[in-house]
Amino acid sequence: MPLVFAGACSHAPGITGRAERADPKVRDEFYAAFERMRVAMMDAGTETLVVVGAEHFANFFMNNMPAYCVGMADYYEGPIEDPEWLGIQPVRVPGNPDLSRRVIKSMLNEIDVAYAEEWKFDHGIIVPLNFLTPDYDLDIIPVNINCQGPPLTPLHRAYEFGRALRRACDAQPENIAVVGTGGISHWPATPDSGKIDEAWDREFLEKFLANRREDLVAYTDEDTLRDAGQGGFEIRTFVAVAGATEGSGGELWYYEPIPIFAVGCTVAVMDVKQAVSEAAE
Amino acid sequence: MSLYYLQKVMFELNRDAHVRARYDADFDELLRDYDLTGEEVRALTEPDIGLLYVLGVNGQILMHYAALAGLEWEEYKQAMRDGIEEHGQVRAGLYAMTGDTNYA
Repeated sequence: MPLVFAGACSHAPGITGRAERADPKVRDEFYAAFERMRVAMMDAGTETLVVVGAEHFANFFMNNMPAYCVGMADYYEGPIEDPEWLGIQPVRVPGNPDLSRRVIKSMLNEIDVAYAEEWKFDHGIIVPLNFLTPDYDLDIIPVNINCQGPPLTPLHRAYEFGRALRRACDAQPENIAVVGTGGISHWPATPDSGKIDEAWDREFLEKFLANRREDLVAYTDEDTLRDAGQGGFEIRTFVAVAGATEGSGGELWYYEPIPIFAVGCTVAVMDVKQAVSEAAE
Repeated sequence: MSLYYLQKVMFELNRDAHVRARYDADFDELLRDYDLTGEEVRALTEPDIGLLYVLGVNGQILMHYAALAGLEWEEYKQAMRDGIEEHGQVRAGLYAMTGDTNYA
């Protein structure tokens, strides 16, 4: 079936771990946008959710760092973080190894990806799941793009990855959703945590929501590090979603800098109906 | 300097209950598995979160080690600032301070 849903959202650990320290009104509006995304995703008939994340050394380290990895496990567990620190209790999340295998096999025709039959979630995936499948009963296929240990994959490859993911999903009989999750400008886990460049974020989101590939892949890592912090490298997850929805635009359902969450909190949804991939034609 | 192994200790501690059990039982014995300098061992065992930050440990690894060491969020951020005050600028990696304090 053609991809049924695509979107992008934030995943910062403070979203759940420091929830009580945020302005309740602002926090609850953000949570409501997550809920709107969950409802839209499920109303689209989603049977499996592919989460394109940017993990933070939960599974992958510099001893063997894949630029891209797709999960192929029966189940996944998380969070690796202290449950009290993150505000999310340990949970086992169902996978779909058969579908993973078919998606990976299809993608390998166009790009090189690693796969993993064992995978522990950190906040980069478990925070979105906490909102998008709060009972953790939806099949998940995790995807990781290395955004932490340079050298990193270039943005034009992240876009290609998204294209290949889209073609692979469209070729399967299941109803699949893709959600990318990362920060835009932010300086997490530094003394500058809480710094957010709203103007940079809004300019990036405008390019993302218009799906202007040339603009999206034009950011250099040097510029991003200088202007949007090392956390800005996670725009690769958004760029992959743009690749998966090439030809479509999107809508911003929520954006608000929330410094105690250390990121410009974002919920955005892309139109999957306009984009028609080769596999679906 | 062996930043790679310094980060690897913390990576494995953060994700592996067996490594954490060894940390609880005999941290010095655990650290003998890694190629670390005396300064790095000292930073880990004190623990000196500020020095670990200055040595260039990736913040996504360090923030969990700081939590394991019992530091609350604001204490962790302050420890990094204190580290710079005491040991100088961050020597490696991507997580250096910007010096911009014009935000909440």
